[in-house]
Amino acid sequence: MTKNDSPLVRVHDLSLEVAASGKRVVDSVGFEVRAGELVGIVGESGSGKTLVARALMRLEPAAIAHAGGAIEIDGRDVRALAPAALRALRGGRVGMVFQEPMTSLNPAMRIGRQLEEGLVRHRRASAAERRALIAAMLARVGIDDVERALAAYPHEFSGGMRQRIMLASVMLLRPALLIADEPTTALDALVQREVVELMVELARSEGTAVLMISHDLSMVARYTDRVVVMCEGRVVEQGATGALMAQPQHPYTRRLLDAMPRRLTAKTPLVGAPLVEVRGLTVDYPGRGGLFKRGAARRALHGIDLAIAPGEVVAVVGASGSGKTTLGRVIAGLVRASGGEVRFAGHGVGAARRGGSRDYRLNCQMVFQDPYSSLDPRMSVGGAIGEALRHVPGLGAGEKATRVAESLDEVGLGSAYALRFPHELSGGQRQRVAIARALVRRPKFVVADEPVSALDMTVRAQVLDLLADLQRRHGFACLFISHDLSAVEQIADRVVVMQDGRIVEQGLRDAIFDRPRHAYTRRLLSAIPALEATGSGGVRLRWRFDGDAQAAAVPRHAASAITAEAALVGR
Amino acid sequence: MKTARIAPNALVGGVIMAGVLGCALLGAFWTPRDPLALDFAARLAPPGAGHWLGTDEFGRDVASRLMAGAATSAWISLLSVVSAVGFGTALGVLTGYLRGTFDRIAMAFNDALLAFPGMLLALGLLAVFGANRWGIIAALAIAYTPSVTRVVRGTVLSLREREFVDASRVMGNSELFTMARHVLPNCIAPIAVLATSMFGWALLSESALSFLGLGVPPPAPTWGNMLAASRPHFEQAVWLGIFPGVCISLTLLGINLLGDALRDRLDPRMRGTR
Repeated sequence: MTKNDSPLVRVHDLSLEVAASGKRVVDSVGFEVRAGELVGIVGESGSGKTLVARALMRLEPAAIAHAGGAIEIDGRDVRALAPAALRALRGGRVGMVFQEPMTSLNPAMRIGRQLEEGLVRHRRASAAERRALIAAMLARVGIDDVERALAAYPHEFSGGMRQRIMLASVMLLRPALLIADEPTTALDALVQREVVELMVELARSEGTAVLMISHDLSMVARYTDRVVVMCEGRVVEQGATGALMAQPQHPYTRRLLDAMPRRLTAKTPLVGAPLVEVRGLTVDYPGRGGLFKRGAARRALHGIDLAIAPGEVVAVVGASGSGKTTLGRVIAGLVRASGGEVRFAGHGVGAARRGGSRDYRLNCQMVFQDPYSSLDPRMSVGGAIGEALRHVPGLGAGEKATRVAESLDEVGLGSAYALRFPHELSGGQRQRVAIARALVRRPKFVVADEPVSALDMTVRAQVLDLLADLQRRHGFACLFISHDLSAVEQIADRVVVMQDGRIVEQGLRDAIFDRPRHAYTRRLLSAIPALEATGSGGVRLRWRFDGDAQAAAVPRHAASAITAEAALVGR
Repeated sequence: MKTARIAPNALVGGVIMAGVLGCALLGAFWTPRDPLALDFAARLAPPGAGHWLGTDEFGRDVASRLMAGAATSAWISLLSVVSAVGFGTALGVLTGYLRGTFDRIAMAFNDALLAFPGMLLALGLLAVFGANRWGIIAALAIAYTPSVTRVVRGTVLSLREREFVDASRVMGNSELFTMARHVLPNCIAPIAVLATSMFGWALLSESALSFLGLGVPPPAPTWGNMLAASRPHFEQAVWLGIFPGVCISLTLLGINLLGDALRDRLDPRMRGTR
């Protein structure tokens, strides 16, 4: 890359503010993207990274006002473009893949017509040529039955498939720049890797520059050439990815890197009578039948056997649909098992519903995934935590208030929070409240269903640390359900890997992470890049298994069928 | 917590409704003149010193009749809305939370009732109950219950998937407690909005039924039958139609403003933001 070739995108001293209040949300941001370069913008929610990306295409919300600086694409100021030129830029020169594949395609339009829209707008091509281009691109992104896909509606595809289609619709126009705003956050770890790698491969072979916006440092570290780190509307640091990761200069970058979960030394394996035991557990969800016939039941769990010792943290990992959440819900008593049994401290629970399993009810609690949905919006924090003490026998009102205050202190919020309402709290604070609510009864067993996956990186690390800390202090056993393997690596003693409602492998954490036996476990593990600390306070990528390094070094493809055809009409 | 400043819509709505309810309450005990007293010498007198709002075709004092009618109209609307909301909410929460066979059967009935236009249903029911004020209350309550059920059930269906409802069950709370403590309070906002607009519909329906001669039998005044009776004399005495009409519109305005304010007030997110 020589000094004199002008950058594709040049953002210079850009400031944006909320028009109504004058609050700066983006402050003097500057960076460049050169043709064919992969640049990552990393930051937490509220860092302004999405706003900057949207401003590149003049797609910022109406409430946001420009407060200085310039954005140049191809050397032209985006803000000075006439509407027609701006429309030509959008889609034609700059394409965008959005975060949420479930809502970014129009549900009422067939895939074929949706993909055709951009071509009609931006490229001159006959209907037959358009069709050939679309079919070739769909095949390229890994859609098997192209003819069927063209006539299908978005709801017929999974999230990963929709994101591929979205990618196809953008790449079809061969933009010079692809903006990907958290393109895989909503997807499973396995699918995440496939989609990102497809995106990177497509971009490389077409010479498209990519601006990848993400809060996921490991993903950015793995795929980008350069990184821009943003915090509270400012660029705090930018540079070549490897060097920046290895030797972060800014304290915020270091904090972000420190937030990467690290493996702690494992506890000595616990032996003894299991606290919670699951035997031959099956769960069937009734199928959707017609008016007079019963639909075929769908089996979510196939005879699960699992034992959890007192004080042990057992992680359940697997892709979505693997049945891990169902397992947690059966054990917590929210879903009734179709077969098998759950035993607590040697006694069966579940069959006898409330009265017989009172001991279990008092001793089993749950932390939910979504902190925005797990707290009653009409109830104060103190009320929510206090309610958990309702069934503790012989507890006076004063004693209750003390316990609530104690548990609020314990989760690092302080008793003053008892009067607050959930909407006044951030996601991390809400999750702390949810943890306090689960632990205020001092349960012996806690089911934590994806407790940190809805949180930002640094907050996620704090909440995970808190959970690990409280677990050590109170010694409750924990079923930690997660698709986030790096979190599991930090907190779990033992790991259970599930696929399609069955346990495919289980064992001590270090054994599973270092010497996985089952092919599915290996696939899961290689989908997450591992970062390891270097001596200088930074991190570098570590490939878990042989072959991963080659797989990630995506080959720069020779001109493929699509490129040849596209050259025909892309003039 | 600081007391929030009263929102302008609450203030305006509150003043209007206080006026209407005050008149209704007063009208139940005292009116300037006897609302039923005939005075043929002063037939269709225009508004003036003797009769503030004029007299009707029998020389009865319009102001007195409006006050007395307010009591009847407001009472009928209030009772029918309260009973519709009560039944509808109970049914909506039960069907939405329990689902299953009970839900299917109850909702089939509900939808069958919903298929009739409310007015037609009320007409039919009045034929059964007889045209008196209790008949009207029962008819309107039954006619409005299905819409409440639908709205509440829909809200409950989305609420029961929320994790805080699961959280309550994990705590060991019974289904009944969970419903009362976590599901029902979160339905209040849509119920409040629906109830206030329904109060308006009930007022209109009562007026319409009385207008059709199926309401409270004469000579007892209601805003509806006053409006109906004004029709033949509209050219000589336009105030006969205008005053009851204004009363009805003003009450609707007041109740809607109050309903909006109530909804904002009941939303914990809005607390302390003003």
